[in-house]
Amino acid sequence: MFRTCDITGFKVDRKVEPLIKANAVVAVVSLLLGVTGALLLVLTRWQVVHLLLPDWYYRMLTFHGLNALVFWIVFFEIAGLYFGSTIILNCKMSTPGVGWFAFILTILGFGLVNYAVLAGKADVLFTSYVPLRAEPVYYLGIILFAVGALIACFLFLANLKKAKQEKTYEGSLPLFTYGLLAACIIAILTIATGAIIYIPTLLWSLGYIKSLNPAMYKLVFWGFGHSSQQINVTAMISIWYLGAFLTVGGTSINEKVSRIAFMLYIIGINVASAHHILSDPGVGTEFKIFNTSYIMYIAVLASLIHAFAVPSAIESAQRRRGFTKGLFDWLINAPWGNPAFSAVLLGMLGFGFIGGVTGVINGMEQTNTIIHNTLSLPGHFKGTVVIGTTLTFMGAAYYIVPLVFRKKIAFFKLAQLQPWIFAGGVALLSSSMYILGAFGIPRRHYDITFTGSAFTHTFNPATDLFWVLFAIGGILAVTGALIWIIIIVVSVFFGKSLTGPQDMQLAVASPAPEAKEHKGLEAPGTLVLSILFMVVFLTFIALNYGWLTAMWEVK
Amino acid sequence: MSAIPPKEGWYYTKIAKEEKIWIGLALVVCLGLFATMILWHVYGKQNPSFTTYKTNVHEFNALYDAFVEKYKVGEEHGFAVVKPDPNTDVFMRAQIWRWEPVLILKKGESYRFHLASTDFLHGFSLQPINMNFMVYPNHDYVLTFTPTEAGEYKVICNEFCGVGHHLMVGKIVVEE
Ligand code: HEM
Ligand SMILES: [Cu+2]
Repeated sequence: MFRTCDITGFKVDRKVEPLIKANAVVAVVSLLLGVTGALLLVLTRWQVVHLLLPDWYYRMLTFHGLNALVFWIVFFEIAGLYFGSTIILNCKMSTPGVGWFAFILTILGFGLVNYAVLAGKADVLFTSYVPLRAEPVYYLGIILFAVGALIACFLFLANLKKAKQEKTYEGSLPLFTYGLLAACIIAILTIATGAIIYIPTLLWSLGYIKSLNPAMYKLVFWGFGHSSQQINVTAMISIWYLGAFLTVGGTSINEKVSRIAFMLYIIGINVASAHHILSDPGVGTEFKIFNTSYIMYIAVLASLIHAFAVPSAIESAQRRRGFTKGLFDWLINAPWGNPAFSAVLLGMLGFGFIGGVTGVINGMEQTNTIIHNTLSLPGHFKGTVVIGTTLTFMGAAYYIVPLVFRKKIAFFKLAQLQPWIFAGGVALLSSSMYILGAFGIPRRHYDITFTGSAFTHTFNPATDLFWVLFAIGGILAVTGALIWIIIIVVSVFFGKSLTGPQDMQLAVASPAPEAKEHKGLEAPGTLVLSILFMVVFLTFIALNYGWLTAMWEVK
Repeated sequence: MSAIPPKEGWYYTKIAKEEKIWIGLALVVCLGLFATMILWHVYGKQNPSFTTYKTNVHEFNALYDAFVEKYKVGEEHGFAVVKPDPNTDVFMRAQIWRWEPVLILKKGESYRFHLASTDFLHGFSLQPINMNFMVYPNHDYVLTFTPTEAGEYKVICNEFCGVGHHLMVGKIVVEE
C-alpha cells in the first residue's frame, strides 16, 4: 500500500513508515541517555565541581560512549537505510517482518548492554580492552545488537534489488542512496570484523577460552571500531548531498567525481585501524606507515573530494539562482533560516576544520605520540561524530518530522537557533579538549590532581582557563542537544499534523535552473574556502611537528 | 542528483577546472604527508620504536628485580629509587596502580627503556613534555630515550586500568 507524498511526490510504502519511525524514536532515546551521561562527565572532569565518584565516573563514561556513539548513531542509520532504499526509490520494503525482527534484536541488545553497564557488570569502557573483563551479558548484548544491525544492512540490499527489478526508478541510483550503499557495504565488512572480536571475547568471559592476546584484541577491535566511524562518515556525507538538494536544489557539479569518492571509502578505510595502535608495541613501522598513509590517505583524499563537492554543489545552484556577486554572495544569501541547511553547513565546517585537521595529526605516526590517549583524542572525535555526524543527523530530522511523521516542527524559531547553539557548544568543547590534551591532560581520567597518590603532577596553570571553556562548551552542547530532543519529541508526539504542502516549514527546493552559457569557474568561492582550509590544515601539522622537536629524543 | 537519479550522460560530464585543481592539490598534500612520516624517520629525532620482545610476567619481573638490585640508590614513598648507567637497559614496570621504579637519569645520555605491564593495558604518559606510549602485558616495548632537558618528570597513566587508574603516577628525575 502506497501513499503519494503531496510535498515531494514520492510514493511512500505504508509498511516501511512505522519501521523508520520506531528506529528513529529509539535513536532519540539513546541520544537522550548519551547526553545525560555527557553532562555528568563534564561536571566530573571539570574539577571545580568533580561531581561523581570514581566508579560512577568510569561507568558513566562507558554509558555515554555506548549510547551516544553506538546506539544513537546506528539506530538513526538504520532508519536512514530504510528511508533511502524505499521512499527515495518509490519502492516497497521487501520484507517488513524481517525488519521488525531486526528491530527486536537491536532493542534487546540495547537493553542488555545498558543494564550490564548500569548494574556495574561492565566497567570496561566501550573499548573493553582485554584483559579487562565484563560479564557475558554485556558481550551478548553487543552481539545481538550487531546481528540486528547486520540484518538491517541486508534488508537495505534486498530493497535495492527489488527496486531495480521492479524498475521503480530510472537510470542510476540517486547519489544519496548510492552513498548509503557504500556505507552499507562498509557496515557489513565492519560487523563481520566485530564478530571476529566479540565472539571470542564472549567465550573468554564465559570461561571457555583461557586467554586472549591484548594486542591482537586491540588491533581487531579497531578494525571494527574504526570502520564503524567510516560508516558514520559515509552516511553523513550522503545526507550532505541530500541536504544540498533539498535546501537549494544543488547537485554535484560532477556526479562521477562524487561517486568515485564514495568508492574510495570502501577501498581505503577498512585497513586504517592501524592508526589506533601507532604508539603501541608489537607492530612494525612499515605496517604503521603503510596502513596510516598510503591506505588511509585514500580515505582522506575521498573526504577532501567530498569536502569540495558538497559546498560547490550548493554554490553552483545558488549562482544559477542569481546570487552571482563576488565570491561569497551565494553563501550569505543561503537559506540560513532553514535549520536543516544550517545544521548541514555548520556540521560540514566543524567536521572539516576541527575533526579533519585534528584527525590527520592524530593519524600521523610521529605526531600521534603527542595526542595518544590525551584529552585531545575525544576532542578530535567530538569534532567528527558530534559536530559532524550528530548535527547532520539532527538536521536531517527536521525533514523527517514533516515528511515521514507528517507533523509540523514545534517551536520552529527555536529550531532555527538550535544548530548554532549545538555547533557553537561542541566547537568550544572540542577545541578546548584538544588544547587540554596538548598540555598532557589524559582522557578517561578521574582526578588530574592525583589526590591520594604517592607522587602527583601539576599541569600548566593555563589549563584552568581551558577547563572553564570546556565546561561552558559542554553545557552549551548539552543544551543544544536537549533543545533538539524536546523539539523532536514534542513535534512527533504532541505536534500539529501536517495537512499539506502549505504546512511545510522547510523548503523543498526544486532543482536549480540549468546554467546559462557560463564562463570562468563554476564554484570559485568553494575553491577559495577549500584552499583556506588547506592552509590551516598544513599549518597545524607543521606546528605539531615543531612541538615534537622540543621533546626528548626517542627511537 | 542526490534524491533523484542523475541525468542521462552524467558519467561523461567533464570535470570542472576548479575541481581538478582541488583534487590535484589534495593528492599532492596526501603524498606529502606520507613522505613526511618517512623522512622524519631519517631526519627527525622523535620516532616511536618498533622493537618489541615477547615476554611474560615471570620473566619481566626477574629482569626488573635484577635491574633494581644493581642500580638502587634509595627509596621514596616505598618506591625504589634507581640510578642506571647511561647507555644501559632500563626496566620500568606498570602494575595497578604504580609505575616503578623512580629513575634518576642524566641529561643528554641515552637509555634503552623496557616497558611492560604485569596486568592490564596502561598508558605511559611522560609529563610535562607529553609523550605517550602504550604498555601491554607480555610485550616488552623497547624505547630508547635521550632526555634533552634536566628537571623532574612524572609518568602518569592514560589508559584506563580500573578504578585506581588515576592514582598511577611515577617519577623520573633528569640531572645535568
Ligand atoms: C552533547 C554533548 C556532549 C558532551 C558535552 C560530551 C562530553 C564528553 C566528555 C566530557 C567525555 C569524556 C572524556 C573523558 O573523560 O575521557 C566524552 C567522551 C566521549 N564522547 Fe561525548 N559528549 C557529547 C556528545 C557526544 C556524542 C553525540 C557522541 C557520539 C556520537 C559522543 C561520543 C563520545 C565518546 C565515544 C567518548 C569516549 C568515551 C571513552 O573514552 O570511553 N559524545 N564526551
Ligand atoms: Cu594504568
